[in-house]
Amino acid sequence: MALTRAEVEKVALLARLELEPQELELLTAQLARVVEYVDQLAQLDTQGVEPLAHAVELTNVFRPDQVQPSLPRQKALQQAPRTDGEFFRVPAVLEP
Amino acid sequence: MAPIWKASAWELSQQLAQGTLSSEEITREFLQRIEQYNDSLGAFIHVNPQALEQARQVDQRRRRGEELPPWAGVPIALKDNLCTSDQPTTCASRMLQDYISPFDATVVKRLRSQGLVVLGKTNLDEFAMGSSNETSFFGPARNPWAEDRSPGGSSGGSAVAVASGLAPWSLGSDTGGSIRLPAAFCGVLGLKPTYGRVSRWGLVAFASSLDQIGPLARSALDAALLLELIAGPDERDSTCVNQPVPRYCQVIQQPLPKLRIGWVPEQLEALEPEVQQAVQQALKVLRQQLGAELREVRLPHARFAVATYYIIAPSEASSNLARYDGIHFGYRANEQEVLAALRQEAQRLAQAGDHQAVQELDSPLVRLYRATRSQGFGTEVKRRIMLGTYALSAGYYDQYYLKALKVRRLIRQDYLDAFEQVDLIAGPVASSAAFALGEKTQDPLSMYLVDLFTVGANLAGIPALSLPCGFTGEGLPLGLQLQGPLFSEALLLQVAHHFQLHTDYHIRWPQLTEGNQRTHDRNGCQQ
Repeated sequence: MALTRAEVEKVALLARLELEPQELELLTAQLARVVEYVDQLAQLDTQGVEPLAHAVELTNVFRPDQVQPSLPRQKALQQAPRTDGEFFRVPAVLEP
Repeated sequence: MAPIWKASAWELSQQLAQGTLSSEEITREFLQRIEQYNDSLGAFIHVNPQALEQARQVDQRRRRGEELPPWAGVPIALKDNLCTSDQPTTCASRMLQDYISPFDATVVKRLRSQGLVVLGKTNLDEFAMGSSNETSFFGPARNPWAEDRSPGGSSGGSAVAVASGLAPWSLGSDTGGSIRLPAAFCGVLGLKPTYGRVSRWGLVAFASSLDQIGPLARSALDAALLLELIAGPDERDSTCVNQPVPRYCQVIQQPLPKLRIGWVPEQLEALEPEVQQAVQQALKVLRQQLGAELREVRLPHARFAVATYYIIAPSEASSNLARYDGIHFGYRANEQEVLAALRQEAQRLAQAGDHQAVQELDSPLVRLYRATRSQGFGTEVKRRIMLGTYALSAGYYDQYYLKALKVRRLIRQDYLDAFEQVDLIAGPVASSAAFALGEKTQDPLSMYLVDLFTVGANLAGIPALSLPCGFTGEGLPLGLQLQGPLFSEALLLQVAHHFQLHTDYHIRWPQLTEGNQRTHDRNGCQQ
């Protein structure tokens, strides 16, 4: 199935990416080729096959429920591009 | 005595324990070689300015009579996607160019507690996404056997460092072949352990169900020792399996049992003639020198492995890399500029009377995310995020992601069936020797197909290693891949060790050219 430019634009928004027109063009062509390649999986009959998300299937791995120190606020904020010393700062999300 | 930089980590440990060498002497020699050759090889992104001081501290502790393991004071190089609290962890990305982690990865913590000295952080494909080391924001590492060739990726720098004598051993990570391919291309040994053998805590996540940290070294013995130091359960990684860690170093030196080794005819047919010859020659060594019985085995779904991998890995990556938002850490686009441009766009649309477009415009926060991520990520990372987002998006999830998970089970079943008949499988790592830099960058699919023989082990979770098994006529190294059942690292390394007793491919050295024709200037690098 061919991938369209409009689809790629939509995916870019979902992925929170912004593509220059040239980049969009190139990516559409390249992704179309990769998608065409991976489409070969459709040939395989997988009826009744359980999906495998992890090769080593472990369930319910717990550790003792003990309180341990977490990352101190100062350290957590240290690498942030913009903070007020207490919180991460972002542009306004809601219109005033 | 041979120069220090040619000694194995095992030999250096002996000398340190006997007091015939100090960590300072050893570390200084490797730092000097890094100084001399890193400009032309691009193996390290960051050299640890504290390395010499840390080496002296180990020496002092030892002189004071403190009980230290023999390897305390041996230097090591770390792939730059392993978090270190005292040095940057860039993932070779603009996104993390100045990032310093608030903690050490579990493997780093374990190595430090054993007294190992970190020489620095090695080059890789951006976020470990690539097979050639060319997607690094800082420029590619170069193959020491031919500098116009790729060292393989993504752990290119870690392989180059060991192959060139800039570090006795190193750590890499392997999501689809990222330890084994560069090991093969550079002529060293690289092991991807069983999924869950080594804690991933502090390994910057690419595809969490496939990622695994592992050693690169010259000898099987060094790789065994390094695995022993890093393996074992970790409270901070619930996928890390609670199973005792064998004494790999001891086990691998024991005489080999009678082995049944499988080989896959289709794999050999797909190789370039010189690679095919080398792999056949290696199979002969396994049979004649190591006394193994060779058996043909089938992996009927192996030809679907690349397609399966390039759905699953990008899907997981698109989710993992969602955290790079320019808010919590890492790169952020210029907020004022981005928001001013957005206001102008809104005005322009309003003036044109296109009210629907105004409605559909990004919110300021979303626009900041998008600008940050578009500027911070390189092209290959964007490509994979896009591919993964597409495979997970409404309407395509069943067709791609779910389908790939089902095929993944079939691929794993192939291995389970094969290991009913044989103890391990021997075969190629790649169909060719190291390719030229630039050869595959224009065609992403051709780059993805390089991973044909390596992605299977990641999808199935099984351990696999690459060890040197020959050279092309042009003098480029070639690798033999050994794959085994879950938690068969000891057997794989034992076979590798005995193979190395009968061959000398792993103790040949490349002719290095000193030089700084190229500069690794952080700001001057472009993709």
